[in-house]
Amino acid sequence: MTDALMHVASLHAHYGLSHVIHGVNLEIKPGETVALMGRNGMGKTTLIKCLMGLLPASSGAIRLRGQDIKSLATHSLARRGIAYVPEGRGIFQNLSVKENLLLAARAGFEGRMEWTYDRVLDVFPRLKERLAHGGQQLSGGEQQMLSIGRALLTNPDLLILDEATEGLAPLIARDIWSIIGIVKKSGISSLIVDKNFSALAKISNRSVVMVKGAVVFDDVPTKLIEQPKELKTWLGI
Amino acid sequence: MDAATFFIQTMNGIQYGLLLFLVASGLTLIFGIMGVINIAHGSFYMIGAYLAWSLMGWVGNFWIGLVAGVMVALVLGLLLEWLFIRFLYDRDHLQQVLVTYGLILIFSELRSMIWGDDVHSVPIPELLNGSIQITENLAYPIYRLWLSGVCIVIAVLMFLGIQHTRLGMMIRAGESDREMTKALGINIGLIYRFIFALGITLAAFSGMISAPISSVFPGMGSQVLIVSFVVVVIGGLGSIKGAMIAALSVGLIDTFGKVIHLDIFGINIFPEMSGMSIFALMALILTLRPQGLFGREH
Repeated sequence: MTDALMHVASLHAHYGLSHVIHGVNLEIKPGETVALMGRNGMGKTTLIKCLMGLLPASSGAIRLRGQDIKSLATHSLARRGIAYVPEGRGIFQNLSVKENLLLAARAGFEGRMEWTYDRVLDVFPRLKERLAHGGQQLSGGEQQMLSIGRALLTNPDLLILDEATEGLAPLIARDIWSIIGIVKKSGISSLIVDKNFSALAKISNRSVVMVKGAVVFDDVPTKLIEQPKELKTWLGI
Repeated sequence: MDAATFFIQTMNGIQYGLLLFLVASGLTLIFGIMGVINIAHGSFYMIGAYLAWSLMGWVGNFWIGLVAGVMVALVLGLLLEWLFIRFLYDRDHLQQVLVTYGLILIFSELRSMIWGDDVHSVPIPELLNGSIQITENLAYPIYRLWLSGVCIVIAVLMFLGIQHTRLGMMIRAGESDREMTKALGINIGLIYRFIFALGITLAAFSGMISAPISSVFPGMGSQVLIVSFVVVVIGGLGSIKGAMIAALSVGLIDTFGKVIHLDIFGINIFPEMSGMSIFALMALILTLRPQGLFGREH
């Protein structure tokens, strides 16, 4: 428990009066890739919003490197090494591709500078051709690359990807998965939400399944594949 | 109208328009970026003028008074944002209007207590006193030229600042997606505080530099507020470029409306109804383009 990068314990959260997160426990170790799965409306995005400080948790604990971060503001959380690629990508439409990237660029939590503007452009050559374009002129795949590149430029320890390949053509989605592989290799922990079960199972160290705001499975992906009945009820596969 | 009058009125119209831009740009920035309708904006124009009158009278120097006044306005802006405005970002417009209307009443009462209800005048600084002889029988006051020049410099700095600096990038990002900006580690609360302080300082500064050419009187805030709202609505909420074009149009129309003589069917339209002209322009623009000249469609 002490070696966890992020540790979530009995977390509860509400949207207005409705109780959406019911006592979630979750642990992400340094360098670990965790898949967060579940049908729509089971609380994945809500849980992520809590982790990012975008939705206040009602009770429970969120610890980062052992420190309680539950009541910290979003920007302080980001400065402590959490980066966020939201559902819908969150590209600044009125900024150019270059500005979207430069805005985010900074040293990480302990001054790490592994991801620089140039390195991001090397990993995403397609963005290089579009530096002067406005955020709204990009295709879905390019937007997702920009969103991930921008997140990496904050030199995070934990990358949270919500709906990593949603709405992307299979070929583009494959590019995104290979980029996630590069991220994994560089030692950054990640928490990934996606509908593509097999791609997630291949890349992640652990699978976490949420049903109605609670975690019902948390183990290695191979264990999950061995449970076809549960897969059907939990994920509809 | 002869050429000389036309020239002078054009210059006056532009100068008035530029001054309006300074006030309206703060209003439109605060609305466009933070989503806050600040109807107390005109009060800062009034406060600026009274600050200029009292500070310049006290130290006996226009320039020192101007710098001191800007400092006071900045501090006031930071303080007010911290005390009141930051609680309004997630509230609806009615609540914003109620709080900022409350501020109008407070400022009006404070002004009455501190400075009284009299009308004052501020002398033109020595350095800028006098006129430039343009032709034999045509002269234009140097102070008005200086005032226009200052407004243009500030407008250019604002455009450059928003388009080409890191802070400007953060401001535009916050305008586009507030949550994502925070999630990149940017403290948007601090940026909002700065923008609010900057916006009201611009209004106060306009009041200070216009004090020598108009008088300093209690109702000057509400007068400029109404015209500034017309400018912001015509230009499009949140658009600096729109505010500039609208401010110049309003400045010119208002100025010429007062000097043109025009009768239609024996009814005197100008200058009799010139007070209505800018509202007629606003009605026309709203009919043709409800979002304003450069406003985004909702």
